[in-house]
Amino acid sequence: MSTLHTVNKSPYERNAMTSCLGHVSAGDLVLLIEDGVLAARKGGSFAQALNAAKGACKIYVLAPDLAARGIGAGDVLEGVETVDYGGFVDLAASATRVCAWL
Amino acid sequence: MRFAIQINEGPYTHQASDTAYQFAKAALEKGHEIFRVFFYHDGVNNGTRYTVPPQDDRNLQKLWSELAEAHKLDLVVCIAAAQRRGILDANEAKRQGKDGDNIAPGFRISGLGQLIEAGIQADRLIVFGD
Repeated sequence: MSTLHTVNKSPYERNAMTSCLGHVSAGDLVLLIEDGVLAARKGGSFAQALNAAKGACKIYVLAPDLAARGIGAGDVLEGVETVDYGGFVDLAASATRVCAWL
Repeated sequence: MRFAIQINEGPYTHQASDTAYQFAKAALEKGHEIFRVFFYHDGVNNGTRYTVPPQDDRNLQKLWSELAEAHKLDLVVCIAAAQRRGILDANEAKRQGKDGDNIAPGFRISGLGQLIEAGIQADRLIVFGD
């Protein structure tokens, strides 16, 4: 049993990602999409929180949304995997359920 | 795998409908099934055919209608949310005494039961919203 959590808002705007990371279980998947990708920026204020969460769950970020915001692959936190929309579909299929942190 | 999609946001609020569309397209390309797309809250605004964005802008209503046509998708607009926002089909327009309808091709108006059924019938229900 694992859950795919999607976070679509910037952590600088809302506390959705912080709430999400506070509720994930071991083995869960977290996918940052839309403005949520801003959390995955290397050197950002939320890098530490994501690094701490990486032990228990896997963190992914949607590549087209990174590109749309001018964040290159080299600017993404280490250990955070980038996926495209097809990868998003695969993650949703591999988890047993999907929870959107709206 | 059988997916169901719920969209709670209009086409020009943030990005939810865009993301949902790209997700649906990718899922279909991978051979998955989309059981239903349910448009709820401001999401019903995706379903008016009177949308006329500038030519160099994406037209989400048209994209959804075309995807529905190509893959026989069931695009359902929540009736209570639609009535509040002036989204009407011919029957509703007549019933409410309005002079026209605006539902886009491929969309239909129905109730919340359709969302519940989608949640039961699909393997995964994915929500996109604000």
